[in-house]
Amino acid sequence: MKVTKTQALAFGILLIISLFATNAVRAQDHEHGHEEEAAGEYDPVGTVMHHIADANEFHVWKGIHIPLPCFLYAADHGWTILSSGKFEHGHKAIDRYVLNHGRVNRIADPAFPMGEVHIEGVHGHKEKMMVKGKEKEVEVFYAEHEGKQFKLEKSTTWDGGMMGGGITSYYDFSITKNVFTMLLAALLLILIFSAVSQGYKRNEGQAPNGIQSFFEPFFVFIRDEVAKPMIGEKKYERFMPFIMTLFFFILFCNLLGLLPFFPGGSNVTGNIGVTFVLAVFAFIVTNLNGNKHYWEHIFWMPGIPAWVKTILTPVEVLGLVIKPFSLMIRLFANISAGHIIILSLIGLVFVFGNNGTNFGGGIAGAVIGGAFTAFMNLIELLVAFLQAFVFSLLTASYIGAAVDEGHGHDHDHDHDYKHAH
Amino acid sequence: MTHFVFIGGISVMQPDPGLIFWTTLIFLLVWIVLGRMAFRPIQNALKKRDGDIQNALDEAKRAREEIGQMKSQNEQLLKEAQEQRTVILKEAQTMRDSIIGKAKEDAKTQVQAMIAEAKTDVEHMREELRISIKNEVGQMALDIAEKLIRKELKSSADNQALTKQLVEEIKFN
Repeated sequence: MKVTKTQALAFGILLIISLFATNAVRAQDHEHGHEEEAAGEYDPVGTVMHHIADANEFHVWKGIHIPLPCFLYAADHGWTILSSGKFEHGHKAIDRYVLNHGRVNRIADPAFPMGEVHIEGVHGHKEKMMVKGKEKEVEVFYAEHEGKQFKLEKSTTWDGGMMGGGITSYYDFSITKNVFTMLLAALLLILIFSAVSQGYKRNEGQAPNGIQSFFEPFFVFIRDEVAKPMIGEKKYERFMPFIMTLFFFILFCNLLGLLPFFPGGSNVTGNIGVTFVLAVFAFIVTNLNGNKHYWEHIFWMPGIPAWVKTILTPVEVLGLVIKPFSLMIRLFANISAGHIIILSLIGLVFVFGNNGTNFGGGIAGAVIGGAFTAFMNLIELLVAFLQAFVFSLLTASYIGAAVDEGHGHDHDHDHDYKHAH
Repeated sequence: MTHFVFIGGISVMQPDPGLIFWTTLIFLLVWIVLGRMAFRPIQNALKKRDGDIQNALDEAKRAREEIGQMKSQNEQLLKEAQEQRTVILKEAQTMRDSIIGKAKEDAKTQVQAMIAEAKTDVEHMREELRISIKNEVGQMALDIAEKLIRKELKSSADNQALTKQLVEEIKFN
């Protein structure tokens, strides 16, 4: 295969970007280093999981953070609104809130004073805990204040304890990294598509130009390959804005997530909360538009024996939830997996280099990790488009099933249809 | 037993109410704003343009067909005209021939009629001439007779000689 100049250039750029990302991870790791020195070794799983998780600040470079606004709500205290920069990276508690590795935690002990309080630092200890009847080793974090240790708790999550979270004393409604990236995606979408839309007004009756002609193929592709075949020629128009919004919102979030530096790098669509919301929208739009035929097929499938219906109905009812659930898991898993692979490859630098003690190993890790990351970035670029496409395609197919008039589904109907016309 | 440690933060598998709230808000915002401002107008514009293009193509096809039709019509007309021309020429030729023939015929009969008339005229004139001559001769005879009669009164020998001489004088010159 002949490698063109452009391909070589693109590969080079990706390699440089990947090495940048390597540096960023290294920098962040140094920062954690002083706290993890007790453990003394590089924890690849912990680092990767930390990097794909949401945070209350943007880490840009060694010691450079972009603070983000925090909106915190505790049932016993009310709202606390401040910038995450005020926490001084775990050296200050404000209204019992502290910043623990980029995320706001709260000191659970009511004895801890409110207001701005200096703390010595935040430290983690491995503790044995009973989780769902099993003894597990969990890292619990403590804030040190005047020689005393105060246990930290994380914000409320809605996993019912299944993923190790649960309802705690406070909620975090902050503009986190993910929220910031989503806002940026929304802003970009609005700016770009207002320009595109303007183009259609300006060039009415003429060929498209500029940004308009760049986005038109995407639009036409989603219309002709997703909306029309899945929903049907007659009804697709009503759902086009929703399908388009899904596609472009997911696409932009995916692409911003691939940028390894400041405005990007957030694992937005690889967070179950985000995909949950998207799946819920898909569920609502699908079922609000379900016609008589659709509900009939779910609760009382025509044309089969009654005893089969008793089995089929629960399956179909479960299917109502399973369909959006699969949407949620698919997008989340694909994007998170991509981020995990890239971070793992970059983690090779620290694994090979024995966390900074072996310089030659570090170089080898950087070269190998960089090359593989460049390759993975290309695959992730494909995945970013593919997953946006798949999510909108499947949503369109669910909507299509909900609005389908049922002709051609079963023989009798088909016959009646032909007869009537 | 190792347990995944999510340092300080929330795992990506834990639905965060704050993130859910913001995602809902931002997605709704994008949906409403872009739906109103971009996706619907773009869709309509594309639909209109598709329609326009289809119309233009149909129009062009129809025009082409019309032109083709006109062309064949023209050819038909030309052919008909040519045929007609041939027919007219033929007719003209026959007409010319017949006219010439008729004219000849007419001329002939007229000429004959004129000749016949001339003949009768000549006949008449000859008759008249003969009659006038007869009259003339009679008159002369009478004159002679008169003169003779007058001479007789003088001498009979002389009368005879004169008569002879007078008769000799009557010559149809």
